[in-house]
Amino acid sequence: MPGAALNQAALSRMMPMHVGLDAVGKITTMGPTLAKLIEGPLPLGVGLLKVFAVRRPAGISSMDDLRARAGSTLHVDLRGKGDTFRGLAMPTGDGGMLLNLSFGIRLIEAVRHHALTDADFAATDMAVEMLYLVEVKQAVMTELRRLNLSLLGAKATAEEQALTDTLTGLRNRRALEVSLPALIGQGVAFGLMHIDLDYFKQVNDTLGHAAGDEVLREVAKALVVETRASDMVARVGGDEFVVLLPGLSDPARLNQIARRIIDRLTQPIDFEGTDCRISASIGLTISTLYDPPEAERMLSDADAALYASKRAGRAQAQFYQSTGGNFLSA
Amino acid sequence: MHGLINRSIQCFLRDTYGVANWSAIARAAGLGFDNFEPLLLYDTALTEAVIDAAARHLQRPRETVLEDLGTYLVSHPNLEALRRLLRFGGVSFQDFLHSMEDLPEHGRLGLPDLEVPSFTLLDQGEGRFLLHVSKLIDGVGHVAVGLLRAMADDYGALVVLDHAGVEASCEVVAVHLLDHTYAKGRRFELAMPEA
Repeated sequence: MPGAALNQAALSRMMPMHVGLDAVGKITTMGPTLAKLIEGPLPLGVGLLKVFAVRRPAGISSMDDLRARAGSTLHVDLRGKGDTFRGLAMPTGDGGMLLNLSFGIRLIEAVRHHALTDADFAATDMAVEMLYLVEVKQAVMTELRRLNLSLLGAKATAEEQALTDTLTGLRNRRALEVSLPALIGQGVAFGLMHIDLDYFKQVNDTLGHAAGDEVLREVAKALVVETRASDMVARVGGDEFVVLLPGLSDPARLNQIARRIIDRLTQPIDFEGTDCRISASIGLTISTLYDPPEAERMLSDADAALYASKRAGRAQAQFYQSTGGNFLSA
Repeated sequence: MHGLINRSIQCFLRDTYGVANWSAIARAAGLGFDNFEPLLLYDTALTEAVIDAAARHLQRPRETVLEDLGTYLVSHPNLEALRRLLRFGGVSFQDFLHSMEDLPEHGRLGLPDLEVPSFTLLDQGEGRFLLHVSKLIDGVGHVAVGLLRAMADDYGALVVLDHAGVEASCEVVAVHLLDHTYAKGRRFELAMPEA
C-alpha cells in the first residue's frame, strides 16, 4: 500500500506541532505552533536532541535510539524552556522520522503561557474542548462552593435557633441537655443552680402575658449580668432557669452569686409604668458531691433544694445536702 | 427547568431592575423564596410564572423582556463565564452560529441534567440562515434573538435578526449576516483570565 505524501503546508495544518527529521536526525521541518514556542530563528538543520530532550523512555541519545522506539509514547522537553510534551515518532519513506507532539495534560498552562488560539490547534484536536471543560468545571465548582457556604450558614443558624429560647435569647432546655453531660464528661468541677421565680404567676394574672414576657426578658438580662461569660444560663420552663457554672465548686462563692441574683430580682421591674414585683428561689448543687456526677441526679437534687427554699419562705437559696434529709440553709 | 436557567433569569431581573423589583416579581410569581439555586431543579411552571410576573410588573411586553434576557446573558460582566463558554463555539460569528447546534451537548458536558433548547440551523445561502429553536419556554425565540444580537456584537459582525414566527414545536429566528468583520469584536483568549 502506498504511503500518503503530504506537502509541508498540509502537514502543518494536520500536525501544527510536528518535527520532521532527516536520516541522521537533523530537523528539516517544524509545525507553526511549535515554531511559536521556540521564539527566534527555527533550528532547521540542527540535531533534534540538541533542541529537545527525550525524558522517557530513558536512554534515547541518538537517531538510532529514537528509531528503535518508533511507536512508543515519548515524553519530550524543549531544552532551555519549561515546555514539556507527549510525542510519537514514526519512520518516513525517506529514511527520516516524523515526530508529532502534543501538550498533553499541561495544555492549560501552555495555552496561557504562549497565548495560543484556536488556530494553533488542528481541527481534529480536542484541545479546545478540554479548555472548555476546564472552564465549565470551574464555573460549576464555584456555584457548588457558594451553595455549600450558604447551606453551612443556614445550618449554623438553625442549630443556634434550636438551642436558643426565643423569648429571652437564653439557651433552652435542649441546650442544657447537651451541655450538662458534656460538662460532666470534661471532668471539671462545677456548680448547678436551679432558679424558680416567686410571684411570677401573679404578674401574669394581674398584668397580662405581655408584662410576664417583659419580666422574663428582664430576669434573663439580670442572670446574664450576675453570672460569668463562661457560665451557661438556660430557661428550662415557664419561669424556671438553670445556670451551669464551670470551675465553680466553692459553696461560699456560689452562695454569694445566688444571693446577688435574688437581691437583683427582688427589685421591682417596670412594665409600662407599673412595678412588677417578683423574687426568686434557688436550689444549688455541686458536682463534687457526686461520684460520678450524673445529669439527671444533679438536676433533681437542685430541684429538691429549690423546693426546700420555696417551703422555707421564698427569696432564698439552699444547697442540696448529700447526707441526711435536711438541706443546708445557704 | 434547571436552576441555572432560573438563576440566570433572576440575575437578569435583579441586575437590570434592582433588588426591590426582583423581590416584587418573585412575590408576584408566588415563588415563596428570593433565590433560585443554580444546581437544583425546579418546576417549569415557576419559570413561566416569573417571566409573566416580570412582564406585568415592569409593564413591558413579554417578548421584550425575553430578548433583553438573551442580550444580558452575553453582555453582562457578571456572566463573563457564559460569554466565554459560548465563544468556544468558534472563531467567527458564522462558526458560532453553526455551533449553536452543539449547544445542548456542550451544556451537558458540564451539567448532565441541563435542559437547553435544541437548535437547528438552515443555511439558505448568501449569508441568510434560519435558526429553529425548540420551545423550552414560550417565547424562547426572543431569547435567541437577544443572545445572537449580543454575540454578533461580540464578534464584531453586522447581522439583521428577526423572530420569524412559530413552526410546529419550534420558534424560528431569521439571521441575515451582512458583514462578518463589520467592527472590531471583543477580545477572546483561549486561556482563562487569571483570577
